[in-house]
Amino acid sequence: MPATRRTVPVWVWALPPVAVLAVVFLYPLALVVQESLAPGAYGDVFASASFREALVTTVWLAVASTAGCLVLGFVLAVVIAFVPFPGGKAVSKFIDVFLSFPSFLITLALLFLYGTVGMANGVWTDVTGEPTGPFRFLTTPWGVLLAEITYFTPFVMRPLLAAFSQMETAQLEVASSLGARPLRIVRQVILPEALPALATGGSLVLVMCLNEFGIVLFTGAKGVTTLPMLVYSKAILESDYAAACVVAVVSIALSVGLYVLYRGVSRRAGA
Amino acid sequence: MLVHSRTGRWTAWVTFAVLFVPLFALPLLVIVAASFSTNWSGAFPSGPTTGHYAAAVRGEALQALTTSLVTALVASLVALTAGTWAALAGAALGRKGKRVLDALFMLPVAVPSVVVGLAVLVAFSQPPVLLNGTRWIVILAHTVLVTAFAHQSVSAAIQRLDPMYEQAAASLGARPSYVLLRVRLPLLLPSLNAAAGLCFALSMGELSATMMLYPPDWMPLPVLVFTATDRGSLFTGSALAVVLMATTLLALLAVSRIRTKASFR
Repeated sequence: MPATRRTVPVWVWALPPVAVLAVVFLYPLALVVQESLAPGAYGDVFASASFREALVTTVWLAVASTAGCLVLGFVLAVVIAFVPFPGGKAVSKFIDVFLSFPSFLITLALLFLYGTVGMANGVWTDVTGEPTGPFRFLTTPWGVLLAEITYFTPFVMRPLLAAFSQMETAQLEVASSLGARPLRIVRQVILPEALPALATGGSLVLVMCLNEFGIVLFTGAKGVTTLPMLVYSKAILESDYAAACVVAVVSIALSVGLYVLYRGVSRRAGA
Repeated sequence: MLVHSRTGRWTAWVTFAVLFVPLFALPLLVIVAASFSTNWSGAFPSGPTTGHYAAAVRGEALQALTTSLVTALVASLVALTAGTWAALAGAALGRKGKRVLDALFMLPVAVPSVVVGLAVLVAFSQPPVLLNGTRWIVILAHTVLVTAFAHQSVSAAIQRLDPMYEQAAASLGARPSYVLLRVRLPLLLPSLNAAAGLCFALSMGELSATMMLYPPDWMPLPVLVFTATDRGSLFTGSALAVVLMATTLLALLAVSRIRTKASFR
């Protein structure tokens, strides 16, 4: 590298994008923190039952969704990768496309499937002759859980499929020729290989579930309030910006903390 | 091959179908089916119609579609420029500097989109810069949100780049600007395309920050889908959703066509 010809040091080139980011993102974020420090704001929010309820709902929904996505994503990815069937390629393509759609479409679809006048209740009333069907979980946290597992499972499958495609199939052949049953191969050969991908995919999904807003908004359930939903209702519906900023700061702390963990995990996993 | 027995294979496949079809394939099919019907009170939708689509391509809906397209296009282009610049500048820095830059630009992913919306709303509703109530605040928020993804994918592509090419060009006396324009950027073109498609798709479907910010005269398509379903017009809402999905898919398809062309260069 002919260093003598260079007139400006390299770090100067990093300044313009950082300056833009500071103006459009870091400065607004700092203002949110500043606004949250209004006298009494933290005390009021932490004392309110709705905030504590939202915090608990957010965390358990995110943890349960992540667990569901990990189990479901692992099972589906193992079948696609190791029990190949015609159309498996198309399924992988479909998953890529699925990722590019917004999350609230899932809730919209679930309204037609399990809503009060949806498909499942329609079949039930047709078969049994009862006036209403038994499926009314959609406006409860279980409806949000189902939607989140559906939407976020592909985010686990993608890194898993990438990891499986690099796996030595010889290992499987050896294990199986030595007489290991399929379930044992999954447990003792495939699962250890999949752990890094499961860790990265799982922590990404956990952060995304904590931040999810569209699914909860479309559910329209008054009983399901998560932290992002609380930020929206405080700021837009009640115009209580100080409270909204406090909830936002808590939400940021939760998500960024987990995200730092995610980066650490994925770096260690070599992704 | 993991499972050798015939019954074992079929068990795996049936399990797969039982999980995959109702969870992933059915929701999309249901939205498409609902968009063509007027009524859904039994097992299947009834009253076939294309009326929702006729309504979805004129008036308010058409305006929402163009709003979304313009927002996504502007946000993706700005995000791609800023993200690529930051990624290139980061690659030139040392290990520590690159880490700081990466962390800064990834922060918008970790922060909830609703909070990004709130932050932009708080910051640009007061002097020195007043953007609240204009379309620029929506476009700004979308740009912030998608820049992180543009930066991430371009940054990963730069790491995979073979340094031999630029070293060869530099050793033949090419100036750094020439190496950048004629060697590095053309080599990065496929990943730039992929990043553009990702940014476009994300911006088209963005709802969280937009709900915090949109002015009445700049209402993107996802917001219209929400307002339609919120007032009970589920069938109109699903037609709008199908239009949204189709537009996103077409854009991704166009980008992947450019990509295959670019890889022939």
